[in-house]
Amino acid sequence: MMNHWLIIPVAVPAMTAALLVLAMRHSLNGQRILSLVATTLQFAAAVGLYVFAGDGETRAYLLGNWPAPFGIVLVLDRLAATMLLLTNLLAFGVVIAAIGDWDKRGRHFHALFQFQLLGINGAFLTGDLFNLFVFFEVLLIASYGLMLHGGGARRLKAGFHYIAINLIGSTVFLFAVGAIYAVTGTLNMADLAMKVPQVTPANEALLSAGALLLLTVFAIKSAMVPLHWWLPPTYGSTSPPAAALFAIMTKVGVYSIIRVYALIFGADAGPLAGIATPWILPAGILTLVLGTIGVLAARSLLDLACYSLIASMGTLLMAVGLTTAAGLAAAIYYAIQSTIVSAALFLLAGLLVQDGKGQTRLVRIPQPATLFAGFYFLLAIAMVGMPPMAGFIGKLLILEAGRAASYTTAVWTAMLVTSLLLIVGFARAGIRTFWRSPRAALSARRVPMRPILVIAAMIAAVAALSLLAGPVMDDLVATAEQILAPQRYIATVLRPRLASDLAGE
Amino acid sequence: MSMEFLMATGIGALTVAGIYLILLRRTFPVVVGLSFLSYAVNVFLFTMGRLAIDLPPIVSAGAAGYTDPLPQALVLTAIVITFGMTALIVVLSLRTFLETGSDDVTLAARSDDELPSAHRDEAVR
Repeated sequence: MMNHWLIIPVAVPAMTAALLVLAMRHSLNGQRILSLVATTLQFAAAVGLYVFAGDGETRAYLLGNWPAPFGIVLVLDRLAATMLLLTNLLAFGVVIAAIGDWDKRGRHFHALFQFQLLGINGAFLTGDLFNLFVFFEVLLIASYGLMLHGGGARRLKAGFHYIAINLIGSTVFLFAVGAIYAVTGTLNMADLAMKVPQVTPANEALLSAGALLLLTVFAIKSAMVPLHWWLPPTYGSTSPPAAALFAIMTKVGVYSIIRVYALIFGADAGPLAGIATPWILPAGILTLVLGTIGVLAARSLLDLACYSLIASMGTLLMAVGLTTAAGLAAAIYYAIQSTIVSAALFLLAGLLVQDGKGQTRLVRIPQPATLFAGFYFLLAIAMVGMPPMAGFIGKLLILEAGRAASYTTAVWTAMLVTSLLLIVGFARAGIRTFWRSPRAALSARRVPMRPILVIAAMIAAVAALSLLAGPVMDDLVATAEQILAPQRYIATVLRPRLASDLAGE
Repeated sequence: MSMEFLMATGIGALTVAGIYLILLRRTFPVVVGLSFLSYAVNVFLFTMGRLAIDLPPIVSAGAAGYTDPLPQALVLTAIVITFGMTALIVVLSLRTFLETGSDDVTLAARSDDELPSAHRDEAVR
């Protein structure tokens, strides 16, 4: 008996988005209600799937009931379930923050938002390399629309850059998929994991070219240096709710890196085992360093949020590059907290700067200024990784994993020096934004209530993640062990009946 | 000259032209360059099922052999997606040109986004 819950995170946003475009075009209130209901439903489904995946079992969903290497397959394991839960938690917050403010500054915000969720959820669930490409395209097309939401000259120009770099990325993805297919004759990830170790020496070069081209694509998505430069203009010019949702998109890139290079080109991949490993750790350290320099040089709060996102991606990639179970578990923990903190930082920056069509002029701090300064302070210490927020625990876990993987010098130096510089950067930006002459702070500007509540809830979520670090880490260590032992995944996808028999014993 | 050589040089020429045009600084060449690159990848994907002449892709009685049908399906998907993307980026560059009066792709530095220092408060609206 197949578990039909797996299709919900893909089917619900797809149908909702179509309904929003076709039937609800003229009623903004109707769109809001439907979008909120659909997002709630997806969040509930994500919680349900997380509970399902919690038993350590991998579940496959065969679309149209075609057997796996030939049909399209969705796969739910602990990693996919964790990322789904994070995505839909974030989406729930962002949709509430956008209602009543940003969703009326352009058309079709909610439809684009649902299409974006469709792409992200699908990318996390799919078990097929070509379908990963298709879901990437879905999430990118929706993100182009969301990025341009609200219009304005600067947003259009930054949007051109964003679309061009991602079109090039898609082309490279297709080249990589073509090269891999030419050698192995399959694009199903589990099937690829079986075929890659059997590659003949004559085809090895073509296959490794495909594997590394794929890394380039994921590097663009995850803002890995030297392919990070599209991020600050894009996220810095778009509307704050869109930027907050985009905080998860960089994690889609990292998720793909983990999935592809642990499952297909993992330890069992024969001559191509660990083909991406030598690149990820150094690139992560470089990303962290360059993001930190960007934070020090940031000239606006949005720039600060963008570059701190890049720095957090560097930290994350560094932990992934350790390729140990402890490193992966720490990476996922850090990814969860940094996504929420980045999103909250974008929402906060959006409340403090005025939108002159993608311009980022700082306005007077709305009253009560203490509230906003307090938000900034909490988010800053979460981002730089100071106690008691979850960023501290995340960085501590990564340091510990780095020591255990005998990369102590590189990881500790990079992490500790950049953390200090990040503190300096955030403190400087905070002083220049909030500690101004009282005359300038006196201004009665109305700010919408919902984003404030959402930011407060996000800070509470990060604090809760810090309090519950023990049980969360127990789950994440199990997740990391499941990622590094892909035999179960392969067996589930390729022989669903056999696997269910095994589970029934 | 063999068909393989012809296909390989064709893909190479399209890719080179595409990359060169993408590196130019006006929107029109960039868009054309992206199209060239997508043509190159379509032909590349097609050849990845191996080149074969006069072989059917779907099951038919009395067929001597088959050509791989999957790359053809992949190319179809890729064509649809890149077609939509090209349409989007054409409209976007047109809109940018109409709003800014320039088709230059470089992003000007922002002049009004300084973090306010003590001396710049008056400049903050």
